[in-house]
Amino acid sequence: MNKIRLLFPALLLIAIVVFAEENITTLRPNQAITEEAEPPSMANVLNTDIRKERNYPMQPPIIPHKIRNYQVDLNTNKCMSCHSRERTQESQAPMVSVTHFMDRDGNFRAEISPRRYFCQQCHVTQSDSTPMVKNQFKDMYEVIETNKN
Amino acid sequence: MSFSRRAFIKAQAAFAAATAAGLPITAETSNIITSAEKTSLHWNKAACRFCGTGCSVHVATKDGRVVATHGDIKSEVNRGLNCVKGYFLSKILYGEDRLTQPLLRMSNGKYDKNGEFTPVSWEQAFTVMADKFKQALKNKGPTSVGMFGSGQWTVWEGYAAVKLMKAGFRSNNIEPNARHCMASAVAGFMRTFGIDEPMGCYDDLEHADAFVLWGSNMAEMHPILWTRLTDRRLSYPHVKVAVLSTYEHRCFELADIPVIFTPQTDLAILNFIAHYIISNDKINHNFVNKHVNFRLGNQDIGYGLRPEHPLQKNAEFADNPGGSKPITIDEYADFVSKYTADYVSKLSGVSVDKLNQLAELYADPKIKVTSFWTMGFNQHTRGVWCNNLIYNIHLLTGKISSPGNSPFSLTGQPSACGTAREVGTFCHRLPADMVVKNPEHRATAEKIWSIPNNIIPEKPGFHAVEHNRMLKDSVINAYWIQVNNNLQAAANLNQEGYPGYRNPDNFIVVSDAYPTVTAQAADLILPTAMWIEKEGAYGNAERRTQFWHQLVKAPDDAKSDLWQLVEFSKYFTTDEVWPADILDKNPNFKNKTLFDVLFKNGHVDQYSLKDIAEGYDNDESQAFGFYLQKGLFEEYATFGRGHGHDLASFEAYHETRGLRWPVVDGKETKWRYREGFDPYVKPGQDIYFYGKPDGRAIIFALPYEPPAESPDNEYDLWLCTGRVLEHWHSGSMTQRVPELFMAFPDAVVYMHPEDARSRSLRRGDAVKVVSRRGAIQSRIETRGRNKPPKGLVFVPWFDASQLINKVTLDATDPISKQTDFKKCAVKVVKV
Repeated sequence: MNKIRLLFPALLLIAIVVFAEENITTLRPNQAITEEAEPPSMANVLNTDIRKERNYPMQPPIIPHKIRNYQVDLNTNKCMSCHSRERTQESQAPMVSVTHFMDRDGNFRAEISPRRYFCQQCHVTQSDSTPMVKNQFKDMYEVIETNKN
Repeated sequence: MSFSRRAFIKAQAAFAAATAAGLPITAETSNIITSAEKTSLHWNKAACRFCGTGCSVHVATKDGRVVATHGDIKSEVNRGLNCVKGYFLSKILYGEDRLTQPLLRMSNGKYDKNGEFTPVSWEQAFTVMADKFKQALKNKGPTSVGMFGSGQWTVWEGYAAVKLMKAGFRSNNIEPNARHCMASAVAGFMRTFGIDEPMGCYDDLEHADAFVLWGSNMAEMHPILWTRLTDRRLSYPHVKVAVLSTYEHRCFELADIPVIFTPQTDLAILNFIAHYIISNDKINHNFVNKHVNFRLGNQDIGYGLRPEHPLQKNAEFADNPGGSKPITIDEYADFVSKYTADYVSKLSGVSVDKLNQLAELYADPKIKVTSFWTMGFNQHTRGVWCNNLIYNIHLLTGKISSPGNSPFSLTGQPSACGTAREVGTFCHRLPADMVVKNPEHRATAEKIWSIPNNIIPEKPGFHAVEHNRMLKDSVINAYWIQVNNNLQAAANLNQEGYPGYRNPDNFIVVSDAYPTVTAQAADLILPTAMWIEKEGAYGNAERRTQFWHQLVKAPDDAKSDLWQLVEFSKYFTTDEVWPADILDKNPNFKNKTLFDVLFKNGHVDQYSLKDIAEGYDNDESQAFGFYLQKGLFEEYATFGRGHGHDLASFEAYHETRGLRWPVVDGKETKWRYREGFDPYVKPGQDIYFYGKPDGRAIIFALPYEPPAESPDNEYDLWLCTGRVLEHWHSGSMTQRVPELFMAFPDAVVYMHPEDARSRSLRRGDAVKVVSRRGAIQSRIETRGRNKPPKGLVFVPWFDASQLINKVTLDATDPISKQTDFKKCAVKVVKV
């Protein structure tokens, strides 16, 4: 790790020599501020139905399927037609977490709390895009393992 | 951590075999970690890094790293909930491209405006930077230096910045990016009530019978407040929700009264409601007679453009936009009488029936009504008027300062209230609502700061939009930007933003955690510690001040904004920045550094390192040798205690999930101005608007006036810009969280399907969005969360690769100087 850090400035200097117009803005690669480039094609929502491992137990799971035209409004909540307690046997979809039955005061109610009504405030779909910047967040298991050595 | 399904089944099989054979399971062979020591996580509270809601989060750390975050169950604001951004806070520190050492543009080992970014030490960085600031001060004086901060500064960072700029460099050219987001709300409060910030609090959400959203997409921008509003609406079926906007967005999913209006006509709708209340005799006369004055505001006030612009030259009151004169209630009634349902329906495109339904929510004395607004009102060339006009309605009916009856201005940023507004990091302000123009206010500040008289300049500095203009015009030459990405955020990037940054006369410094667009345009980049890498304090939209401890170390050489501000003050001596005559009169201040006179002044340095709570790092305090945050906080709190802005003790904020000021005798205030809730209202007064000398709030007569730019034959569409749920502001944090990136990777142009068809465009087509000022390339979206009416497009601004502010117009409200990011004329053409 230390070696890599020491190397980094050296690499940067080499990079400077190579590229005349250096661009450090990672989220706007190869594009000067004054220029405009055609954006990537519109990403598609992933529809694999494969559950993705959570980064930590409290993270709301992402939605692994398309939700286009799902009606969630004053009249109905389409998501709950599969994810509610009484529909999961039929749908084999995961039931909403027990936390969803708690109201503001921590009481468990017979139905999910209306404060959890709009699912997409916490749960989002994923597209087939590739993140422009890697994230070096470490899973807690990884931190524990590092600690062991 | 990738683990194939086959390997997983194999491991499971081995484990099952071992247990079936009765072999002992050790920690190594078990498939779960059972050691208490290993599985323990260190949990602490912190305020969320993102919006003005001010949720409290729980942060788990392990071996110096954040490993989890979730909603704080003990917080009254969010009671265990977070929005999707909040749930992914754990990852915002860990983008691979964190800045870890200062970078200076250099050629041949020397600073060069056209050089390449080169790693330097902090000492080299500050030496060059101090030299540039000294040159500017020497050549042109204090008005040639400037600072652009943020509603994302912690309270003490904003406070230290104000001291450094206004007392140290004697320059009022300090502004927060909150000028782009909350300035109209501030001016609205000051005009109507004489004191800033909402009278109510979030508890209104559990008490109101009706909610009216005026240009606020709470479902995406204040998601947790939206969960509370949804809870109230769905739990109690009598509750009604009206949503007003220039396009349909997620809040319309809950709307009983959905209202799409033509941009700018909110002014007319507001006046119609006032007229409806008066003409139907629904005025609360008892309230109005006792607690309200009426005034007529100046009209035809211009659009905050450069003075030579024709719209400015032609405006009658461009020089005195905030002026007003007293009128009677009858004159006021006469003024609004022209805003009939028919007239306003024609102007706004809203049916008479809907206008009446909306007005009845306010007029019916049995309905407790809470109005919410954010950028739809504030980013408006008549934003202050919008704020004044909504107060008119609540004042006419007396529906104010009681549970559920609340005109509620929501803030955008986590500390737009706590730092930008309360500390007063604006060019005209001082802490606790004081202003530089007032000699008594300046004297008070100089006394609390223990500095000589006449140090703080009287003339307000340049406001945010003028900063860019003055950089372009070479009037400001040394400029420091902290905790924001203003090149991406400010309007009219091509003509008024970028030219000033790259102007050869100027030296631009950007402090940030990540290499943003603004950093790219800078001359010096300072790597910055963020969020829980430092001890912090934020103040949210309901006057709640919240603290957190430093929980992890910043990477490598990254330092907090606070450390940067205080350390930089060591590079200046008083004789370099203060006039000789003041120093001659106050010889004690001669030959001192700004660090000595601003921070080692006997107040700020009075608390020892031993006062820091055990078990927490505090890198700034360790660096300077005293408990810097506590010292700054206590000196700052002196401004507000006893003056309606009372803060609790420093320790109280570390122990609680925040407290709503004024905090008097340890008790927070939920509803201001109301006897029984607010300690500043005396027994028998019932309601007292003590921000005004006579205790009366003001109802303003203000008209509808057209916007600065409207669609025409060539530029035939309205452009509205804004945020999306998954990204915070310019995306510099959230675009680096893979899950948030993949949820909303690129900006798009939301367009009505018929508008697309008539331009031969289909969903996904590459297009140019063009205005008179610039263009971007994007893609057409005809589905999804935002459904604009025909004639309007919506483009979010989070995407660094689609800088929509090349297209927007830098017209501002002439009173608040806040930009209107919601209205300009564009055309959309196929690439």
